Amino acid sequence: MNFELLTQLIVNGLIVGTLYGVVAMCFVLIYKSTQVVNFAQGEFLLIGAWTCWALLVKFHLPFWLGFPITLAFMVIFGIVLQMVVLRPLIGEPIISVIMVTIGLSMFFQSLMGWIFGVYAKPFPRVFETESINLLGLQIQTAYIMSLVISVVIMIGFYYFFKYSRLGLAMRATAFDQQVAQSLGISVKKVFAAAWAISALVSAMAGVVVGMVNGVSSALSFFGIKVFPVVILGGLDSIVGAIVGGLIIGVLENLAEFVDSQWLHLGNMYTIAPFYALVVILMIKPYGLFGTKDIERI
Amino acid sequence: MSSSAHARMNCGEFRSTYIQDTTIFPTPLARRTAIAAVIFLLLAPTFLNSYFLNLGIQIGYYGIAALGLNIVVGFTGQISLGHAAFFGFGAFASAWLNNATGLPVFFCIPLAGAMTMAVGLIVGIPAGRIKGLYLAIATLASQYILEDFFSRADWFTGGAYGAMANPFTIFGFEFNNDQRYWYVVLFYVVLMFLFGTNLLRTRDGRAFIAVRDHYLSAEIMGINLTKYRILSFGISSFYAGVGGALFGHYLGFVSAEGFTLLLSIQFLGMIIIGGMGSVQGTLMGTAFMVLLPELMEGGVGLFGHGSSGLMQALAYIKEMSIGLAIILFLIFEPDGLAHRWKMIKAYWKLYPFSY
Repeated sequence: MNFELLTQLIVNGLIVGTLYGVVAMCFVLIYKSTQVVNFAQGEFLLIGAWTCWALLVKFHLPFWLGFPITLAFMVIFGIVLQMVVLRPLIGEPIISVIMVTIGLSMFFQSLMGWIFGVYAKPFPRVFETESINLLGLQIQTAYIMSLVISVVIMIGFYYFFKYSRLGLAMRATAFDQQVAQSLGISVKKVFAAAWAISALVSAMAGVVVGMVNGVSSALSFFGIKVFPVVILGGLDSIVGAIVGGLIIGVLENLAEFVDSQWLHLGNMYTIAPFYALVVILMIKPYGLFGTKDIERI
Repeated sequence: MSSSAHARMNCGEFRSTYIQDTTIFPTPLARRTAIAAVIFLLLAPTFLNSYFLNLGIQIGYYGIAALGLNIVVGFTGQISLGHAAFFGFGAFASAWLNNATGLPVFFCIPLAGAMTMAVGLIVGIPAGRIKGLYLAIATLASQYILEDFFSRADWFTGGAYGAMANPFTIFGFEFNNDQRYWYVVLFYVVLMFLFGTNLLRTRDGRAFIAVRDHYLSAEIMGINLTKYRILSFGISSFYAGVGGALFGHYLGFVSAEGFTLLLSIQFLGMIIIGGMGSVQGTLMGTAFMVLLPELMEGGVGLFGHGSSGLMQALAYIKEMSIGLAIILFLIFEPDGLAHRWKMIKAYWKLYPFSY
């Protein structure tokens, strides 16, 4: 048994897990406030990362300028998407809403593939050193940055929902749309804000992942990986998203470890979260922190 | 959704019993049209070239699988994102049965359907407990798990190399080209679509619709929810398996790469574009989905003369057009082509008075 590898994998798992947590948080944000299951979450990462890449590489902008422009673009993108595509579907059955986001995911994935090609392209160097040595473990600088950014985002979310006006309005809307509307909250604005924030934060995650692995269409797989995370954590729980993200991140690395040491099946890294997903759905469908639907007739 | 199938009738047609109200075809004219269409299709190989026959065969086997998906999504109201995996399982199962046991392909196709049904029943077990979004995600997981299984199970699928599938034969007569295979697919299409239409006239079919429309009321009326949810998954997998088997024996080669989430989405696109809960809509939607990429190819060929960039982007353009079609249909025509077709018919029937 290889303890060094194990610790390295667990640390990797925790770091990737925080990223899963952030993406899952964006997913939950949209689901909670607009009741839309966003299958195109991964494409937000993809679009964000490609936009930033294009600004940095094609237009030779420095990172401190390119990154905010990317974020501004994503905010507008999120709002436009919500207004044009999602708003007409309010009140439609769940299958329509799911399918429209799947359609969006397909559309943007192939659009990005068309514009930027299928091969991974490396991000320009943002940091001086590639990786640093922390307590005997080699950790990439971008991972450290991703950890810091993730934690900052999480704390930001906490304060946003606890104290800011818009955050409170969003929570009220998530609780009961009609009540929120009668209290003078513009539900339209809240919906648009949810998509904007979700797109923005996803794009940050996308840029971070792009820095480590290079930008490629593989980024959109985050949008699929988010499902085991949110199911584990509970579909409408932000805390659950973070906890679920960490658990799934560690789980897939552990699966990789067990596989590489004893089983030698291959591909366990990708597939283990889905087995976990099925098991969770069978035992505890509402996840760790999700609210259980109680239906009254 | 399709409850208005009997809404518009010609003068002089009336019904005085419930039995008359549940015929397969709503009007005698519809029956005659359907028979005429089948006769036309029987003669089609004599005057259509291979290109169109190939498209027709594709519409056939995809249509069978899409009808299965429509039974689970459109009629029972369960969401399945893993239909392509069942389709693939059917293709591998039929090829494997034929290669491993030497059983004629003629028997392998329905048996592959049955095997896929067994898998579908297992995957459907969560459907007994969960619904809506949760089920969609569970089936998404099953899609990835089955895909992983395909790439792993060398004995069954040939692993990375794929599996060979022998052509369809009856008494040594090989259905090995488009003209001949056309009849095999047509036979199955007619059989499966008749079965599908009939299913909806039975007690089980009505139970499916009740589960879709209001599952609590259905349960109170004595419908066993778990049983019917799992059953609809089973039937849908059977259709997918048969469609997949036809696909496998047509191509002669089955490889694991073909049955990804993308195909599952395409199946869902077929039934959304055609009309959820409509048997004839399923065929329309499948035809749309098969012809759309061809149309794109034609369009790109027309406009992109000489520009190799556009030709290289063809695969992306095809995918984008499918995604866009799904989005546009959901926004502008959520009831699908079947509904639109009904409106057109009603328009001409009532012309020049619009009501």
